[in-house]
Amino acid sequence: MALLEVKDLKVRVEEREILHGLTLTVNEGEVHAIMGPNGSGKSTLSHVIAGKPGYEVTDGQILFKGEDLLEMDPNERAAKGVFLAFQYPVEIPGVATMTFLRTALNAQRKARGESEYSTPDFLRKVREVSKSLNIPQDMLKRGVNVGFSGGEKKRNEVLQMALFEPSLCILDEMDSGLDIDALRIAADGVNALRSPKRAMVVITHYQRLLNYIVPDVVHVMSKGRVVKSGGKELALELEASGYAQFEDAA
Amino acid sequence: MPAVQETVERVKRIDVDQYRYGFETLIESDKAPKGLSEETVKFISEKKNEPAWMLQWRLEAYRRWLTMTEPTWARVDYPKIDFQDLYYYAAPKPKKTVTSLDEIDPEILKTYEKLGIPLREVAMLEGVEPKPGEEDPARRKIAVDAVFDSVSVATTFKAELKKAGVIFMPISEAIREHPELVQKYLGSVVPTSDNFYATLNSAVFSDGSFVYVPPGVRCPMELSTYFRINERNTGQFERTLIIADKGSYVSYLEGCTAPQRDENQLHAAVVELVAHDDAEIKYSTVQNWYPGNSEGKGGIYNFVTKRGDCRGNNSKISWTQVETGSAITWKYPSCILRGDNSRGEFYSIAISNGFQQVDSGTKMIHLGKNTSSRIISKGIAAGKSQNTYRGLVTAHRKATGARNFTACDSLLIGDKCGAHTVPYIEAKNSSATFEHEATTSKISEDVLFYCIQRGLSQEEAVGLVVNGFVKDVLQQLPMEFAVEAQKLISISLEGSVG
Repeated sequence: MALLEVKDLKVRVEEREILHGLTLTVNEGEVHAIMGPNGSGKSTLSHVIAGKPGYEVTDGQILFKGEDLLEMDPNERAAKGVFLAFQYPVEIPGVATMTFLRTALNAQRKARGESEYSTPDFLRKVREVSKSLNIPQDMLKRGVNVGFSGGEKKRNEVLQMALFEPSLCILDEMDSGLDIDALRIAADGVNALRSPKRAMVVITHYQRLLNYIVPDVVHVMSKGRVVKSGGKELALELEASGYAQFEDAA
Repeated sequence: MPAVQETVERVKRIDVDQYRYGFETLIESDKAPKGLSEETVKFISEKKNEPAWMLQWRLEAYRRWLTMTEPTWARVDYPKIDFQDLYYYAAPKPKKTVTSLDEIDPEILKTYEKLGIPLREVAMLEGVEPKPGEEDPARRKIAVDAVFDSVSVATTFKAELKKAGVIFMPISEAIREHPELVQKYLGSVVPTSDNFYATLNSAVFSDGSFVYVPPGVRCPMELSTYFRINERNTGQFERTLIIADKGSYVSYLEGCTAPQRDENQLHAAVVELVAHDDAEIKYSTVQNWYPGNSEGKGGIYNFVTKRGDCRGNNSKISWTQVETGSAITWKYPSCILRGDNSRGEFYSIAISNGFQQVDSGTKMIHLGKNTSSRIISKGIAAGKSQNTYRGLVTAHRKATGARNFTACDSLLIGDKCGAHTVPYIEAKNSSATFEHEATTSKISEDVLFYCIQRGLSQEEAVGLVVNGFVKDVLQQLPMEFAVEAQKLISISLEGSVG
C-alpha cells in the first residue's frame, strides 16, 4: 500500500521554483534512496514533506496514508508518523536530552489520543533503545546535541526515530560529517528499524551510505525532478559515471 | 526534568486579556481619602495604631518627598502619574481582631485558593525530586504571611518559628511589638531620602513583612509572602525588613499576582535586608503582576527599591528573581558588600511580552576587602516589549581583592522587541577583578522547527527553548518556586510567536 504519494509537486522559495513537478510513490516497508547533485532539490523535498516554513507549494499534492499532508501543521505530521532525521541536528542548550525526548514523545502520543508515558515506563523504554544503539546514559543527561560529536548527533537522531516509531523516516544526508565507523553505527541503527510497516527515504550524494543501508529503489534527481528510477544497481552506476549524464535529461 | 514536561503540558492557549489571575474579590474595604497630604500620612499611621516616632518618621519622609522629582533615566515610557489621583491606603474591613484562619473572610481565602496558595496547610509538592544533599521537599515547610491589599490577614506557623526564636510578622505589628529592632534597622539600608519612590514608600507604606533571625539560628522553614493588589486605584506600598543576626540563615520567598485592571496601578515597594557576621539571606521573587492587555492598556507600574547590606564579615546575600509581569518594571535588587569577605549574588530572569517595559538589574557595591559578587541575568523579550539590563559594579578604594563575574544574556523572540544591556563598571583600586560577558541572540527558526518536527506545538517549542535558556537561574530558586516559575515562563510567552 502506498504510504507516501508525491504528485507533480511544484515548490518555490522566495520567487524561485526549486521543484518543477516532482512525482514519487513510496510503499510501506520500502527503502528508497534519492540521489542527485547539489541544488537538485533533494533537501527541499524533505523539508516540504516535514512542513518546514519558507517553502511555497504552488502546485501538486502530497498524500500520506491517503491524507493531504500539506493541510497539516508540522507537529501534526510528526504525530501521524513523519520523521525527518536532520542533516545538521540543532543544539538546544539547557534542555536535557532526556527531557526533550519525553516532552516530544508525550506530545505525539497526546496528539494521537494515546495516554502519556509515566516516568518509569519512559525511562525503561529509553534505556532499552539507547542500549541497543550504544548510547551512554550520560549523553541523555546533557543538553540536546550540545557538545555532541557528529557521530553522537546522528545517533541521537536514530535514537529518536527508534523511540517515536514513525511510519515514514526521511534521512537527510545522514552520512555528512561522519567517519566510516560512526557511519556504520548509525546505519546499523537504521537497519534495525526496517520493518514491513515502515518506509524510509534516504537522501544522499554518495553511494557509500547505500552500502550500509541497502535501498529497494533508487531515484536520481536533477533540477527539481526525478529523472530516473531503478533498483539498487542504479546507485553503483551513478558512482561510476557521475550525475552529468542526467543533466540533459532534466 | 519532569517539571519542564509539566510546564509544556500546562501551556494552554489563552489570550493575554484572559490573564489567569485577573479576578476580583468582592469585599468591603476601608480606604484613606484620595490623594497624598500630611493628613493621608496621619490617617495611615492612625489606622495602624502606630507610636509617635513612626508617624514622625513618615512625616519627615513625606516632607522630603515633596522636594523630589521623579527619576527619568530608566528606559521606560509611560504617562505622567498624578499622585493626587491615587488612594494610599485600603484595608479589608476587620470585623474584629483576627486570631485564627477560620475568622478570615471566606472571600479572601477563596482568592488565595484560586491562586493556589497553601495558606492552611504545609505546602507540599508531589513528585518533586529533592536536590542531592537536600531534605525531602515534602517535609519542607513554608510559612506564609499573606498580604491582602495592605493588611496582613493571616500568619501561619507562628508557633514553630517562635520556638526557634525567629520573628516573622507583619511590619505593622513589629512596629508595636519590637520597636527597638524596627527603629534600629528601618531605613538603615534604604534611607528615607534614597530615591523618589523609596521616599514615597517611607511616607505611606501600608504593610509588609518583618523578619528577625537571632544569632546562630537557621530558620526552620522557608518564609513566604504573597502579595495581591486588589483595590481599584490603590497604590501598593509594601515595606519589608529582614535581619539575619550573626551566623544565622534565612530563605525568604516573595510571589505576586494581581487582578486585571484597566487603570494603571502604582506599586513602590521597599525591601531592606541586613546580614551580620557569617549570616546568609536568600531572597527569591516570582513576580507576575498584570502586564496590561494585548493593546498595552492597563497593567501595574512597578517601581521597587530592594537592597541588601552585607554588614558583617563573611556575610552573604543572594537575590533571585523571576520577573514576568507588570507593564513597567523599574527594579534593581542590590548588595552593599561592606563586611570583609562578604558575597553578593543576583540571579535574574526578566521576561517581557506584549507592550511590557522592563528596566532591571542590580548594583554590587564592593566596600570591604576580598568581597565577591556574581551576576547572572537572563532577559527575554517578545512581542513589542523593551527589555533593559542595567547594572552597576563598583569597587571602593579600600575594597582590595574585590571580584565580580557578570553574565548578561538576552534572547529575542520576534522582530518587534528590543533588548538592551547597560553595564556600569567602576574599579577604584587596582586589585579588583571584574569580568563581564554579554550575549544577545534571537530564538532560532531552525531550533523551533526541529522541536516542532518532533511533535511539539510552536508554543511548547518556545517554552522548552526558553526554559533551557534560563536554566542556570531557575536552579537557584527553591524547588517549590522553580516549578511555579517554569509554568509562569511558558504562560507569559504565550502568543509571542507566529
